[in-house]
Amino acid sequence: MTRIDQKFSELRKAGKKAFVTYVMAGDPNYETSLEIVKGLPAAGVDVIELGIPFTDPMADGPTIQFAGQRALAAGMTLERTLQLARDFRKTDNETPIVLMGYYNPIYNRGVDKFLVDAKAAGIDGMIVVDLPPEEDGELCIPAQAAGMNFIRLATPTTDDKRLPKVLQNTSGFVYYVSITGITGAAEAEAANVGPEVARIKAKTDLPVIVGFGINTPEKSEAIARIADGAVVGSAIVKRIGDGDSPADVLAFIKSLADGAHRA
Amino acid sequence: MNDLFNSFMSGPDENGRFGKFGGRFVSETLMPLILDLEAEYEKAKTDDSFWAEMDDLWKHYVGRPSPLYFAPRLTGALGGAKIYLKRDELNHTGAHKINNVLGQILLARRMGKTRIIAETGAGQHGVATATVCARFGLKCIVYMGAHDVERQAPNVFRMKLLGAEVISVTSGRGTLKDAMNDALRDWVTNVRDTFYCIGTVAGPHPYPAMVRDFQSIIGKEAKEQLQEQEGRLPDTLIAAIGGGSNAMGLFYPFLDDTDVNIIGVEAGGKGVNAKMEHCASLTGGRPGVLHGNRTYLLQDDDGQILEGFSISAGLDYPGIGPEHSWLHDIGRAQYVSITDKEALEAFQFCCEQEGIIPALEPSHALAHVMKIAPELPKDHIIIMNMCGRGDKDIFTVAKALGIEMNDGD
Repeated sequence: MTRIDQKFSELRKAGKKAFVTYVMAGDPNYETSLEIVKGLPAAGVDVIELGIPFTDPMADGPTIQFAGQRALAAGMTLERTLQLARDFRKTDNETPIVLMGYYNPIYNRGVDKFLVDAKAAGIDGMIVVDLPPEEDGELCIPAQAAGMNFIRLATPTTDDKRLPKVLQNTSGFVYYVSITGITGAAEAEAANVGPEVARIKAKTDLPVIVGFGINTPEKSEAIARIADGAVVGSAIVKRIGDGDSPADVLAFIKSLADGAHRA
Repeated sequence: MNDLFNSFMSGPDENGRFGKFGGRFVSETLMPLILDLEAEYEKAKTDDSFWAEMDDLWKHYVGRPSPLYFAPRLTGALGGAKIYLKRDELNHTGAHKINNVLGQILLARRMGKTRIIAETGAGQHGVATATVCARFGLKCIVYMGAHDVERQAPNVFRMKLLGAEVISVTSGRGTLKDAMNDALRDWVTNVRDTFYCIGTVAGPHPYPAMVRDFQSIIGKEAKEQLQEQEGRLPDTLIAAIGGGSNAMGLFYPFLDDTDVNIIGVEAGGKGVNAKMEHCASLTGGRPGVLHGNRTYLLQDDDGQILEGFSISAGLDYPGIGPEHSWLHDIGRAQYVSITDKEALEAFQFCCEQEGIIPALEPSHALAHVMKIAPELPKDHIIIMNMCGRGDKDIFTVAKALGIEMNDGD
């Protein structure tokens, strides 16, 4: 059982919805990023998604592209992303951390070495955008064998025929992408998303969390109400990019978390 | 018939792999789309009416077959091997790109897609896509790096004349790689009506195989034409490689003719060295995953993708088609690199010797011909793919040679 499984089990018992955030590791620099990440649990974040900076984030909009560029310019690497997790774990051994990014930095490090290092750094799971079920042999199967969750994205283009394949080797939770498009581009509509979440939940016992296009406390609440939780990324990353102080960023995150937890 | 078990032509496998290269490394949103495309392509491949339409357009719209031309003065001046040029620069739109675009647009029409997107580097693929879209009355959007928009202004104007919308991409360093990222972002947003027309033998399966199949008309024709002219197979094939579609098109029909030497020429930029001022993915890169496939890539120690460098916008890509990576690893093809300086010399030499202004891309291939031909016997036959004409490059070449041109000249 990973910290992710543990967390969702607790939330379920308490009848609470999950609030998940995405931040880019090392944005705008290592120290500021660590300060923000350390403050996430107190702001009400149940699961932390930590972005691995990559030069070519093909599924991301400009907000997260720029965050990756800022982090890389400040010397961020996959190794330092793991270091950030290690530093976080010095004071928090409960909040789940999910790495989110693209396959090349992981492939470049070597899958076996990456999994050993990630596990040791206190990583609980991963979302790798460019690894669909067709490529499960690359990282998904080895990651689960190493005791970490491999969280899959389901999307509006994942039809009923394909859904079982997407769910098959997924663990931890299912991340439903609320829109066709890139991060930070369009707004999620609870009315459209609800039936899709129900469709997925009919086929799995895993929690279904919805992300993409959630940017206000109201939206966070509305989406959490029709799913098992909500993810916010670009709206937070944008404030970090605008130079908001860690305290202001965390206050904004708390308002989003309160929204989700009201649901 | 080829023995399938010992053939170099049987790839990719059902997972889109050429050995360990290739694959389908795309987001879930795109996965159903590329599966649809694969199914549609598999149907079309064995449909005589599809190929009949292709043949008709190739003949009457593109101007195929392109000539296989014996280059007497180049041969004489170099003093060794007999040099033949496969004249794909004579195609409508001035390069090999249209061979593939026609095939993909016919597929798009079969799939009921009404909006076509493409990425382009030098602009040749963008012009070809805009052209065929105009021919069939389809909406066309071309993504082009801001840096390339600047250095390939004539092609930008051509695309606009043809009714395409050209979107200047400013992310990254504004070259082909970044244009491809933005095209993928468009596709993931507009999944219902949009067809992504990729210009080279890269991307997720089925693109590398499909684009190769459409470009293979080059090699098929060359094989027949040389048979007519010389009564035999060539000894050596040479083609330039960015993503590698013109090269794959020439090479593929010869892969099982193992006596034929196959040489791909990458862009060496300022030289393949530690400073990475080049685009030679095979000579100076290592395997990684980008744009839907595993292949050789220019990347740093952390797996971050590096920007390539070349005088030729068409070769300025940090990756290469996965089938080339496989041919390189198994040793069936040999890959070398040519610097900007060598390519410029070949460009001028070709103009003077044959009255043909080559594009900077095939000028790289010609530079390698110039290196090896003098040492080869006179009965050795080289076929080089003259995959594009150089009209688009005259401003770049003038600048490199320190010549000022203005509108009044």
